[in-house]
Amino acid sequence: MSTIIMPEPDLAILDRRDEIIAALERALPENNVISELAETIAYECDGLSAYRCPPLAVVLPRNTQEVAAIMRTCYELGVPVVPRGAGTSLAGGALPTADSIILGTARLNQHLDIDIPNRFIRVQTGVTNLSVTGAVEDQNFFYAPDPSSQLACAIAGNIAMNSGGAHCLKYGVTTNNLMGVTLVQADGEIITLGGEHLDTDGYDLLGLICGSEGQLGIVTEAVLRILPKPEGARPILIGFDEPETAGQCVADIIKSGILPVAIEYMDRLIIQVTDKFSGAGYPDVEALLIVEVEGSEAEIDQQLEKISAIANKLNPAALRQSHSEEESAMIWKGRKSAFGAVGQLNDYMCLDGTVPVSKLSDVLKAIGELSKKHDMQVGNVFHAGDGNMHPLILYDANKLGDLERAEAFGADILRLCVEVGGCLTGEHGVGIEKRDLMGVQYTGTDLEAQMSVKDCFDPNWLLNPAKVFPLALSAARRNRAVRP
Amino acid sequence: MTEILSPDNEQAVSQIILDCKANNQSVKITSGGTRSGLGGTVQATKTLSLKSLSGITLYEPAALTLVAKSGTTYKEIQTTLAAEGQRLAFEPMDHRSIYTSQGEPTIGGIVAGNISGSRRIQSGACRDAFIGVRYICGHGEVVKNGGRVMKNVTGLDLVKLMAGSYGTLGVMTEVSFKVLPAPERQATLLIAGLSVEQAVNAMSKALGSPFEVTGVAHLPNNQDTSHTLLRVEGFDSQVTYRLDKLRALLVTNQDVKIIEGSKHEDLWQTIRNVDIYNDQAKQLWRISVKPSDAVIIAQQLREKTNADLYFDWGGGLIWAQMDDQLTNAQSVRQIMTGFGGFATLVRASATTKSKISVFQPQASGVAKLSALIRQKSDPSGIFNPNLLTSMNLNGGG
Repeated sequence: MSTIIMPEPDLAILDRRDEIIAALERALPENNVISELAETIAYECDGLSAYRCPPLAVVLPRNTQEVAAIMRTCYELGVPVVPRGAGTSLAGGALPTADSIILGTARLNQHLDIDIPNRFIRVQTGVTNLSVTGAVEDQNFFYAPDPSSQLACAIAGNIAMNSGGAHCLKYGVTTNNLMGVTLVQADGEIITLGGEHLDTDGYDLLGLICGSEGQLGIVTEAVLRILPKPEGARPILIGFDEPETAGQCVADIIKSGILPVAIEYMDRLIIQVTDKFSGAGYPDVEALLIVEVEGSEAEIDQQLEKISAIANKLNPAALRQSHSEEESAMIWKGRKSAFGAVGQLNDYMCLDGTVPVSKLSDVLKAIGELSKKHDMQVGNVFHAGDGNMHPLILYDANKLGDLERAEAFGADILRLCVEVGGCLTGEHGVGIEKRDLMGVQYTGTDLEAQMSVKDCFDPNWLLNPAKVFPLALSAARRNRAVRP
Repeated sequence: MTEILSPDNEQAVSQIILDCKANNQSVKITSGGTRSGLGGTVQATKTLSLKSLSGITLYEPAALTLVAKSGTTYKEIQTTLAAEGQRLAFEPMDHRSIYTSQGEPTIGGIVAGNISGSRRIQSGACRDAFIGVRYICGHGEVVKNGGRVMKNVTGLDLVKLMAGSYGTLGVMTEVSFKVLPAPERQATLLIAGLSVEQAVNAMSKALGSPFEVTGVAHLPNNQDTSHTLLRVEGFDSQVTYRLDKLRALLVTNQDVKIIEGSKHEDLWQTIRNVDIYNDQAKQLWRISVKPSDAVIIAQQLREKTNADLYFDWGGGLIWAQMDDQLTNAQSVRQIMTGFGGFATLVRASATTKSKISVFQPQASGVAKLSALIRQKSDPSGIFNPNLLTSMNLNGGG
């Protein structure tokens, strides 16, 4: 038995299953409603696959109007709606309940407008993250947020989770690259926020929507900022015998005035596993940094020289500066295969708490101690420049009780992140995974302020309920939901 | 004179709000008082000054993080950051010139107005660097959101909501920022003689290049000829390289000059702070649009209001000064109905302000949501009454 509980489904809704499906079919005359268990089961989970439940039905609308029709129907019938992008969430953000429908963005797949002179692209939100860059790269532009699932993940999910990626240190996360959205509200009303200009008078509802995990509405279209591609980029690989020295190196680089596009950190376990898996030729050290800078060849050389000088003062065990695309690829090869490599080793749980960069070494040490206490292995691979950790806890899904032990270990790590001044999640979102830990970071008053904002958008609490907010805290609101 | 309260700690702010709630009173929130011309004229029973709620509470250069109490002066923050070679990248504009106001701008005021400057196009607005907040809500309680780390998706992002809310959702007591390294060198390529249309095209080309321009402005009537300005920043050799590349990319046979040093600092300060439009008898508008729409909007503004104007953000931001007549203000609103974006009446007489919406009127769905959010956060209507009236945020007033 896993430790995360979902509320019991509303029997009154299950009883009205046929009526609800018929109403959805009427709302979508030119689109089919998926309701056979053999098909809905494909939507029973997301990337947090330990938790599963087929929804009552699945709808895959093709445009904003169809989304509005679905939302109106569900609002009138009091049926919960769980929005789903590509289903790559690691936090259970798209996990259905038996009394909910899944509103998937799979058919919202059009690139609507590319405007190079004004540097934006307008898309339907079911398009994948990578396809956005794909649509503009022949004009030497790109879309900056690059979560590691970018081949599969949808812009809808990126907006829901305010996704980041390896390059946030320089380019920011989704919220810094989102100019506008079309939002369908819980009652089916359509509004637009932001647009093709920058900023807007009035409350920043666009900023509020980003990272709201499907709690406030369905984003059907988005205007995304695109950026000119840098002339080039190259990394340097730096190995240290002590994790603390690696942490010091990160601090020294940032203080020097250089703004690398990425600073990645790997610990010994990850170095060994990925090296074996990918043949990247990594040195045998305790901590490895990959620091990447951008610009012209000369600009890159100059910055890498500065970084080498900083690193050399700290007696690195290894230092390898890339001089070519091939050398860059070799340096990145292991890092990019890290998650796959660990997956070969065992099942793993990936956390993403963020800590102040100054606390990285302390936190790594404490995670090592927690690993001994829980008697479970953990590997650390993360974005060091912004303090976004990714501890990978290894466990065996087939071994009774192992998942629960891993979850307990994970919760301890996240408590630690908050204790040192960080947060529970940097880019994966709360979902169900961290829902009941929210009280570690926020007081009841803090959470009440957030829930009262949800009340404004979703008075009946039909949008992705039982996520983000601790179940006990949200119970009164969820239970008063209108159930005609 | 209304009573002025100057609490020096969060607890005291909370008590003031609880008292207001109990006695059905309201507060005008102020601090440096340099931007009080923004928005509608606040009518409140008391004034709550945050001046004494001051001081940097945390600064970690290696983590690019700064936390300060909201009454901390921007000057103190700038000085502290500069000592470590860092800065707030969004370079907030200073409103003292356009309002001829006195005092020292504070960080709370900057956040409350989401005040940004020319680097907005490259490094983002104030709200993009703003990562954590503590505030007292209308129930008198302390609410915190976000934190001190730059990647954080833990719960709803009320930090963004507070930026640009003009204090109408709560009294901010502490604010956190992501800061950035200041560059070793800054320089600007000045191209003389471009038409507005040519300039918008050139600025777009520069912004679409990999040479990381961090300021892109066009002054149509500078000393009888137009000036188009492209700012680059970075390490010494980087700046030289980028200037060369931009010149090769954009310049055909126009006059070109490179500006550096203190003249450079003055130039961008003038652009950022709108120093040239300080005629108190005239209306001043801040208009944010899609950059390529700037050409036609500027033309219409000139035809219908006889405005003086210039462009920042590659054309995306138009500053327009015109005679303070209601018909001019109505023309601006009328012109904007044909385009996306917004126009804010930054300066006008009380008479004009009372007759036209200071802020861009919102679509009804957005106005409804905003009013609801305000109502939840400040049910008794304590904070800055009337400041956002024109947006229907006071319940339709």
